[in-house]
Amino acid sequence: MTDQGCSLLSCGLEEDRELTMADYESALARWCPGCGDHAILTATQRLLETEQLPPEQTVFVSGIGCASRFPHYVNTYGFHGIHGRALPVATGIKLRRPDLHVFVVMGDGDCCSIGAAHWVHTTRYNPDLVALMLDNGVYGLTKNQTSPTSPKGKPSNTQPRGAILPPMNPLSATLGVTNASFVAQTGDWVPAHLYETLLAAFRHRGFAFVRILQRCPQYTTDLFEGAVRDPGLIELLVHPDGVSVPELGRIYKNQVRHDPADLDAARRLAEADGKIRLGVLYRNETLPVYEETRAVPPRSHAEKLALLNTELDRYAV
Amino acid sequence: MTMASSSPSSPTATASHQARGERTILSVPEHTVEVVSDSGEGAQKCAQIFGRVSAKMGNGVWTVEIIPAEIQPPARTPESASGNRIRIGTRPVTNWGDDANVVVAFNEQVLLHRHRLGALAEDAIILIEDQWATHDDPDIRKAWADAMDELGARPYRFIHVPMEQECLTLTDSPRRGKNMFALGLLAWVYSRDLDKIRELIAQEFRRKAQALYDMNVALLELGHRWAEEHLDFRIHVPAIEADRPRVVMNGNQALAMGAIAAGMELCAMYPITPATSASHYLSDIFERFGGIVHQAEDEIAAAGVAVGASFAGKVAFTITSGPGLALKTEFIGLAVMTEIPLVVVDVQRGGPSTGLPTKVEQGDLLAALFGQPGDAPHVVLAPATMEECFLCMTTARRIAEAFRCVVIVLSDANLATGVQPFPRPEVNEQWLAQSPDLSPVREGLRPYEWDRERGLSRRIIPGQPGGMHTVTGLSHDEWSHVGYTPDVHERGCVMRSRKLAVFQQMLKPPQVHGDEAGDLLVVGWGSTLGAIEEAADRAREEGLAVSSLHLRFLSPLEPGLKEIFRRFKKVMTVEINYSDDPGDPYITEENRRRGQLCWLLRAQTLLDIDCWTRVPGEPLRPGQILQAIRAHVPQEVSR
Repeated sequence: MTDQGCSLLSCGLEEDRELTMADYESALARWCPGCGDHAILTATQRLLETEQLPPEQTVFVSGIGCASRFPHYVNTYGFHGIHGRALPVATGIKLRRPDLHVFVVMGDGDCCSIGAAHWVHTTRYNPDLVALMLDNGVYGLTKNQTSPTSPKGKPSNTQPRGAILPPMNPLSATLGVTNASFVAQTGDWVPAHLYETLLAAFRHRGFAFVRILQRCPQYTTDLFEGAVRDPGLIELLVHPDGVSVPELGRIYKNQVRHDPADLDAARRLAEADGKIRLGVLYRNETLPVYEETRAVPPRSHAEKLALLNTELDRYAV
Repeated sequence: MTMASSSPSSPTATASHQARGERTILSVPEHTVEVVSDSGEGAQKCAQIFGRVSAKMGNGVWTVEIIPAEIQPPARTPESASGNRIRIGTRPVTNWGDDANVVVAFNEQVLLHRHRLGALAEDAIILIEDQWATHDDPDIRKAWADAMDELGARPYRFIHVPMEQECLTLTDSPRRGKNMFALGLLAWVYSRDLDKIRELIAQEFRRKAQALYDMNVALLELGHRWAEEHLDFRIHVPAIEADRPRVVMNGNQALAMGAIAAGMELCAMYPITPATSASHYLSDIFERFGGIVHQAEDEIAAAGVAVGASFAGKVAFTITSGPGLALKTEFIGLAVMTEIPLVVVDVQRGGPSTGLPTKVEQGDLLAALFGQPGDAPHVVLAPATMEECFLCMTTARRIAEAFRCVVIVLSDANLATGVQPFPRPEVNEQWLAQSPDLSPVREGLRPYEWDRERGLSRRIIPGQPGGMHTVTGLSHDEWSHVGYTPDVHERGCVMRSRKLAVFQQMLKPPQVHGDEAGDLLVVGWGSTLGAIEEAADRAREEGLAVSSLHLRFLSPLEPGLKEIFRRFKKVMTVEINYSDDPGDPYITEENRRRGQLCWLLRAQTLLDIDCWTRVPGEPLRPGQILQAIRAHVPQEVSR
C-alpha cells in the first residue's frame, strides 16, 4: 500500500492480496528512543497482519498522552480524541457499527485518572473491543507529573518529595467491576508474551482490558528496570485458556498455572505482593456484549415513515 | 398581575349572561384554569386530560406545568404545589397568559402558593377542597383559617367542594381519586365532551387494569354530577373546527419525535431535568424505529458516544440541560475541530450551577455560543413552539451533515413541559438521513479536502476502502496530519469559520410581526414567542407603534437584522435571563450587564439595543411584557 491514500487492495480491486506488516504502517512513530510504545506498536501491527484485518474495517481510538499518539502510526482509521475519553468514543463506534474492529489505546492518566469513570463503566457495558492501557507510571507528554500508578515515594514535578499516595492497582480495580470479561497484563520488554496477549485479547468476545507495563526512558527509567534485568522478578501465569509461550520457559522460571475462568484466584493474584505477574488473569466469554444486547433491527425509510404516522396518530386531536 | 380587571377573559368584564334556571353562562374568547394539589395527588394528570380534551374539541390550548423540585415534598405546604395551568381559547393560544380565572385547589396551602406568586385573577373562581376547615387536627384547622385570612385580601370567589367526602362514596383511597373528581368538575363547568374524556382515561389506565379505568370514570362522572347539582355558573369558550388535522404534545415529545423523523439512530444521554422526559419517550418507542437510547455513565460519556457513532457514519445526538452542556463542552470543541456532525440539544433550565432544575430560563445562550475554548464556530438554533421543536431536529441534522459541524438546539423548560396543539406534520422521506456511503475513496482524496472559498469538504467514514486517516483534536492540515505551523492552524480556523458564513448566506431574513417600522421593536428568541407577540399586539391596540421580531438562528444570526433594527426608534430584547436594571444601585451604562441576546445583537450590529429581562423561574406573562413595552417606548413619540 502506498504511504497515503488508496492502494489497489484498499480500493477493493485485489481482494485476495495478503496484507503484510508494511500495510499497517503509517507515519513514523515519534516516541522517544527506548520508549516501550515502539514495541507495543510493532506487536499490534503483527497482530493486524496475523488476523489480516482490513485496514478500512479497523479503528484505533485514543485519548491524550504519549500512548495516545498511537493511531497516527497505524494505517487504519483512527480517532485521536480528548484526554480520558477514548472509551466512550469507542463504545459509540462499536454500538452502531459492530462490523468495525475497534482498538482503544490509552495511558495510565487517560484510563485510571481523568477517564476512570469510563474505564469502570465500559468494563460493565462489555463492548466487543480491545483496550490497551499503556502504563508507564507517569505523565510523560506533560513532562513528569505523578500518575495514579506512580509508585509511592517516586518524585515528580508535582510531588517533588515523592508520590504521596500508594499506586492504584488497575488489575484488581478492573476485576472488581461487574461484567469484567477479560483482564490481562503483559510487558513491553517481553515481545513474544506481548504479542500473544494481544492476540488473546483480540480473539476474546467482549471488552478485553490489557495493562501493558511500559518503560519510559525519560521519567520512570527505574520502574521496570529490575524486572527487565532479572526475570526472577516475573511470574508468568500459564494456562491453555490463557497465554502460553513455551519458549519463554527458558528465561522465566517462575510459572504459575492459573485458570482464567477462576475469578477469585484472579483477584488474589492481582492483589498479591512480590512478583510482577504477566498473563491472562480472567476470561469469561459468556457475558452479554453491549452492542449485541442493544442491537435493533434496522428499518427502511418506508417502514420508518409508516411507523411515524402511526405514532403521530396517537397524538392526533 | 394587574391585568385582570381589563382582561377580556374576565367574566365580569365581557360575559354575556344567559339565564338558564339560576345559572350564569359566561361566554368568553379565552379562559385560564389552574389545577393545583400536593405533589403526588394527580393534579397534573387531571389538567393534562383537560388540556388534551380541549384541544380535541378544537380549542386553542397552551399548558404549563407547575412542578415542585422534590418528588414528594411535605404535604400541605406551599412548596408542595404541583399541577398545571391550562389556557384555552377560541383561537390558537401561544402562551400561558397572565392570571388564572378558575382554580381547582386540593388544599389551601398550595392555593396560597399560587396567590403569593400573583398567579390568580382578582375575580378568580376558586373551587377548593374544604375538609381542612373542619379537620380533626387543630393545627390544620388553624392553617386553614390563617390562609383564608390571607386570601381574603383579594376578592376571589370561593366555592367549597367536599371532594374527599364525595370520593369516599366510591373509593377507600380518595387521595388517589380526587383528581378525576376534579376533572369532572371542570368538564361540567367548561362543557367538555365526556366521551372524549373517557377515551383519554382509557388510554391512560386501561392498559393497567379495567377496574382502574372503571373507577376513574366513575369518579369523573361523580364530579360532573356534583358540579351540575351545586354550581351556579358555566363557562363557554367557543371552539373553531380546525381546517387541518392537528396533533397535541409537549415540546420534549416533539423533539424526540423530530429526532426520529430526522432519521437519528442514537440518542446518548445522562439523566437531567428538564431534558430527560424526551429520553423517556424515546426509550419507549425508539427501538421500533431502529434507534436506541444509550444512558451513559455521565454527560461527558454521552457526548463521546454520540461523537463516536457519528464518526462511524451514524446519525446521533445527545440531549441535556445547562449543567450537562457545561460538561460536554470539550467534546463539542473536539467535534468542531474534527468536523464530525453532532446535534446537541440543551433543554434550558435556571442557572448557574444546579440553579432551578425544573424551571424555565434562557440562560445558556452565550454558553452555547462561546462555551468552548479557542475558536469553535458552530450553529445554534432555538425552536419557539412545540411544532418547531419537532421540525428543528430535521433541520439540525441536515445542517450538521451538510456542513460537517456541531448544531446546538436550545429548547427550554417552558417548551419541554408545555402542551400545545399544532398542525400534524406531513412526514417526508427527505427528512430521513441517508445510510452512510461506504464506497471506496478515490485515490488521493484528503480527509479535509476543504473547498478554498467555502471550507466545505466531503466526509470519509470508517469502512470506506482507501480512506484511512486519523482524526485529531490537534491542529491539523487537509490530510488530518498534526501540524503546529502558523499557516496550518490559521488555515484550519479559516476553513471552519468560513462554513458558518456560507451557511448564514443561505438563511432568510426574519419576518417582523406587526409593522415594518415604528417606535419600538421587541426582539426575542425561544419559548417567549407567543407572550411577546401577544404583548406587542395589545400594545398596538393601545395605539403604540410596537412590533416584534423572533430569531430562530442565534449562530450565525439571520441576515438583515441591522436594516430591520434601523427602521425602529428603539430596539429592545425581551428574554428570560438575568440583566441589571438601569437605575439599580451601582449600575451604570458602562457596567450594566445585559440580556444574552441583547449582548450578542449589540456586538454584532453596533446599535444601542436595550433589554428587559426577568428570571422568575416561570414563563413571562404577556401582561408583564406589555408593561415593559409601555415603559420603554420612546417617550417623545408615545401618546
